[in-house]
Amino acid sequence: MTQFLSLLLNGLSLGAIYALIALGFVIIFKASEVVSFTHGSLLLLGAYSIARLSEPLGFLLAVLVGLVVTALAAFLIERLIINRLRGAPVISLAIVTIGVDIILLTELIRRIGPDILNVPHPWGGESVRIGGIGITQNRLIAMIVAGVLIALFFVAFKYSSWGVAMRASAEDGETAALMGIRQGRVSALAWVVAGVLAGVAALFLVGSPTPGVSSAVYATALRAFPAAILGGLDSTGGALVGGLLIGLAESLAAGYQEQLLFLGRGFGEVVPYVVMIAVLLVRPSGLFGTKELTRV
Amino acid sequence: MSEQTVSRPAGGSRAASSTPARPARTIRRGTVVKWVLIAALLVFLLVFPLYFDEFWLRTGFAVFGAAIGAIGLNLLVGTTGQLSLAHAFFLAVGAVSYTYISGESGGLGTRAALQGLGLPPIVGMVVGVLLAGLAGLVFSPIAARLRGIYLGVASLGLVFIGVHVINTWTPVTGGFNGRAAPEFSLFGFTFGNSDPQLWVLGVPFREAERLWYLGLVLALAAYVFARNLLRSRPGRALQTLRDSEVAASVMGVNVQAYKARVFLVSSMYAGLSGVLYALSIGSIAPESFTLVVSIQYLAMIVLGGLGSVGGAALGALFVTALPLLFQQYADVLPLVSAPGQGGISAGFAARFLYGAAIILIVLFEPAGLAGIAQRLTQRLRRGRAPARGGATTPPPEQPGSAPTPSVRPSQGSDTR
Repeated sequence: MTQFLSLLLNGLSLGAIYALIALGFVIIFKASEVVSFTHGSLLLLGAYSIARLSEPLGFLLAVLVGLVVTALAAFLIERLIINRLRGAPVISLAIVTIGVDIILLTELIRRIGPDILNVPHPWGGESVRIGGIGITQNRLIAMIVAGVLIALFFVAFKYSSWGVAMRASAEDGETAALMGIRQGRVSALAWVVAGVLAGVAALFLVGSPTPGVSSAVYATALRAFPAAILGGLDSTGGALVGGLLIGLAESLAAGYQEQLLFLGRGFGEVVPYVVMIAVLLVRPSGLFGTKELTRV
Repeated sequence: MSEQTVSRPAGGSRAASSTPARPARTIRRGTVVKWVLIAALLVFLLVFPLYFDEFWLRTGFAVFGAAIGAIGLNLLVGTTGQLSLAHAFFLAVGAVSYTYISGESGGLGTRAALQGLGLPPIVGMVVGVLLAGLAGLVFSPIAARLRGIYLGVASLGLVFIGVHVINTWTPVTGGFNGRAAPEFSLFGFTFGNSDPQLWVLGVPFREAERLWYLGLVLALAAYVFARNLLRSRPGRALQTLRDSEVAASVMGVNVQAYKARVFLVSSMYAGLSGVLYALSIGSIAPESFTLVVSIQYLAMIVLGGLGSVGGAALGALFVTALPLLFQQYADVLPLVSAPGQGGISAGFAARFLYGAAIILIVLFEPAGLAGIAQRLTQRLRRGRAPARGGATTPPPEQPGSAPTPSVRPSQGSDTR
């Protein structure tokens, strides 16, 4: 039972990190109709910058600069490429982000090489025990920060003028434009927010129990894609639920690995995709996604 | 919307409308030029093994294999508009099936013994293709329900599941370390280095030469089949599907059935490509079928031009041959160097190049290399002799240091 509860808690904390990534993915999709395959390498960029800068700048400043770098990269991608392709087919947009991803990822992997870069989190690798349930401090802080950020985001999304503008342009871009909402600005801001969220996720994703920044972080970041899809690509609440679900599933599958041995070692890393395909079989638009209606 | 992706039909009608006054003569001249070029290309490909050494032949065989896979993916993504990142998975199904069916059982030296059916390689190849098709068919109900971009991410899952299975199912796949792929043979004629010894015009025909012809025949067949498919009724139905599913179903196209069929055909192509890949590398391993491979195939068809069969082949040439060429000529090329010497290694350099090429193509030339080639031929047909055609045509995989004869394949293949 303790093991189960511990896996549950760890799954939730991992899920909170996934939710941050998936949320960025979803708001980009809502604001600019782009499925951003660059998100994995954006996250790796954030992790890499934080790891490399924390020696000369100190941890806090490094995190700040890392977040700025990630947000700036996202902003540049939107301005230089996505903005020029407004109205292009969704597939072309997805493919162009794959192109960006290839370049960014190749450069990062080339720089990281086979090393594992260490990020000196001030909270270190210790774990806390809450009534017999163990969780690393890093994951606990991650859960709290992610919770606060997500709550902030939902409040802003609901009440701030940026949130209203974004929801309006997601609803009907043309009408929103006629009402004086600047589509380009909304879209750019969405990319920046997504970049910051990815940067925060990166900070916690490379802390314990993960050893540090290596090219494997990219594969972890990719597992947030199923989270976004499974919640429904255009649903922010769905991203949260999807992220938590994927985190739980992964943590449980990894924890009960011995019992699941017939599925092979390392099944936990595949389980997000299995869950995603299972959900899509039943609900093709994800759990909370808008169903596409066709009118003739 | 369709303007971005339609390549052939749009280009064709533009040509017809811009030269309404003199149709008969110009078309005849264009056709003659086209057939002469095609014949020249064929002859060139046929005599190629007589003049080039093993490196070029092996590269060529890899390109043929990749071209088959790219043509298949293009039917799915380019023609029908179903973004799929699962291509590596279907390649894996073909390659693993071939290795299992035609491989021999035997120990690996580890705890697990390898299993194999030991059937003739041709059986392995055919069954591999069929099994890949079957896998596509099994996935197609999911695929047919998903709209555009959901499919793209869902198909991503198949790749990870596939790699996991290859890693885990050791008796069949060889597990983490992979296993050797059996040599190909056809009715007693092996595609190996000997048995029977063979000389043609004084050139010894060893494994590389024999495989070259195998790849050439299969790639040509795959090319012709796809060309004919696109020009037939189902081909038009698929193109309509891409432009608008509603319009297609109003015209009487059974959307679900067609999506399932195109998935079947595309994954069969992938299966064959996987078999050729196993033959070209000589073994299979999990890391040969990762997401990177899927993305490479996507890069091929985007570079070549979505929806164009010849473009897919060109893209395959570009993406497959580039890293091999970089590797071969690492010491003469600027910036590129052998691993661990400070410069950018060949694989990385190639990835940078085609990553950038994807972005540029989507931004400025959505019809890809096929679109560029088409514009050139149009200019040629209008009688304006393209004096600088040679300068613009060769795709950048020709480094300045490459031997001069290699200029020919790329020029010729523009007409494909």
